[in-house]
Amino acid sequence: MITDVVMAAGEEHDPLMPVLSEIILGLIVFGILLFAIWKFVVPRFEQAYADRTAAIEGGLAAAETKQAEADAKLAALEQQLGDARHEAARIREEAREQGAAIIAEMREQAQTDAARIVEHAHAQIEAERQQAVTSLRAEVGSLATGLASRIVGESLEDEARQSRVVERFLADLEQGVN
Amino acid sequence: MSVTASMAAATIKAAGGSGFHAPGPEIFNLPPVFGEVTKPMLLLCLSAVLIIAFTVLSSRPAAVVPGRLQFAGEAVYGFVRNSIARENIGSAHFMRFVPYLFALFLFILVNNYYALIPLLQFPSFSRIGFIVPLAAISWLLYIGAGMWKHGPLGYLKHATVPAGVPLWITPVLVPLEFLSNIIVRPATLTLRLFGNMFAGHILLVLFATGGWYLLGTGNFVYAGAGVLAFVLGIAVSFLEVIVMFLQAYVFTLLSSMYIGEALADEH
Repeated sequence: MITDVVMAAGEEHDPLMPVLSEIILGLIVFGILLFAIWKFVVPRFEQAYADRTAAIEGGLAAAETKQAEADAKLAALEQQLGDARHEAARIREEAREQGAAIIAEMREQAQTDAARIVEHAHAQIEAERQQAVTSLRAEVGSLATGLASRIVGESLEDEARQSRVVERFLADLEQGVN
Repeated sequence: MSVTASMAAATIKAAGGSGFHAPGPEIFNLPPVFGEVTKPMLLLCLSAVLIIAFTVLSSRPAAVVPGRLQFAGEAVYGFVRNSIARENIGSAHFMRFVPYLFALFLFILVNNYYALIPLLQFPSFSRIGFIVPLAAISWLLYIGAGMWKHGPLGYLKHATVPAGVPLWITPVLVPLEFLSNIIVRPATLTLRLFGNMFAGHILLVLFATGGWYLLGTGNFVYAGAGVLAFVLGIAVSFLEVIVMFLQAYVFTLLSSMYIGEALADEH
């Protein structure tokens, strides 16, 4: 069969010699192919590459931005938390100081009050004692006078004399006690 | 492997009068399908249609999260763009050359794999004429890039005078370097691809037609050899799968290396 084909082809041809029609056809066909690939294929593939790179880089950039935002927020929150702790500590300290001051004031006032009450009581007691002494003295005098007048009769009714006698008696009494 | 095959073919020739005609260069001269148009020409046009359809469809969504087709397209594109172009040209200028290198890689790859696809079964680049334009474009590109970067004379000096050699040896080195860097490169690019595709196809045709012929001889031993030839043919097909990819890769890689070298500041 091959032999028939060769017979049909006829002429003897050196396979190393290029045929002009084939060169021209090869040039045209490859030229069309090259043009199509240059115009329609390579730009599309490059577009896909570029889009992919952009998508990946965009994603990374977005993630970085988000991370930075989150970091900033965390820092702000920590700052706020620290401030709040500080504030709380300050308020506690202030409260303690105020409490101490109030207690001290109260104590002082109480002491003052106590002192005042004691003073007052002393004065009252003293006054009552004076009063008691005075009234006792008068009563003892009148009692003694009454008793003595009953014993010795009516001789001591003169008031001046009576008072002198009583005084002397009491002085003697005190001396005797002492 | 090929030794066994040719020995078998020789034996047949010696034994039988009818004769087995081993496939030679003439199997690459296919008759025109219509007018002046041959099968390789149609295959070449078909490859452009296939590649444009695949790349346009896979790149059109340009989605951030790729679908299956876009993922496949990006895998090929990324391979050429990053592993071949950027590695060898450097990230400053490589994007200018990516469209050419991407088209070149797919163009060679698809046309090579034609050789293994049933019914198509012909590597377009076993016709040297189709390779010449590609090698010429690569040649113009790396020389153009060098002249753009260093100026015409600066590039010639850059390409032919190696840095750091004694002055007295330059009269010897400069013609050699000129030959190897300016003249020979497009030729080796062309011949490497052509030779691999040409030889691979001959080998496959030989195993297939030879095996078929041996089976038809009616001799039990020859038939066994025919079966062996088919098995070897299948093994060689798998080898060709690798070779076809490698040739597309090497052509693209060398083109980008030449460009990168022309754009380099120093050797």
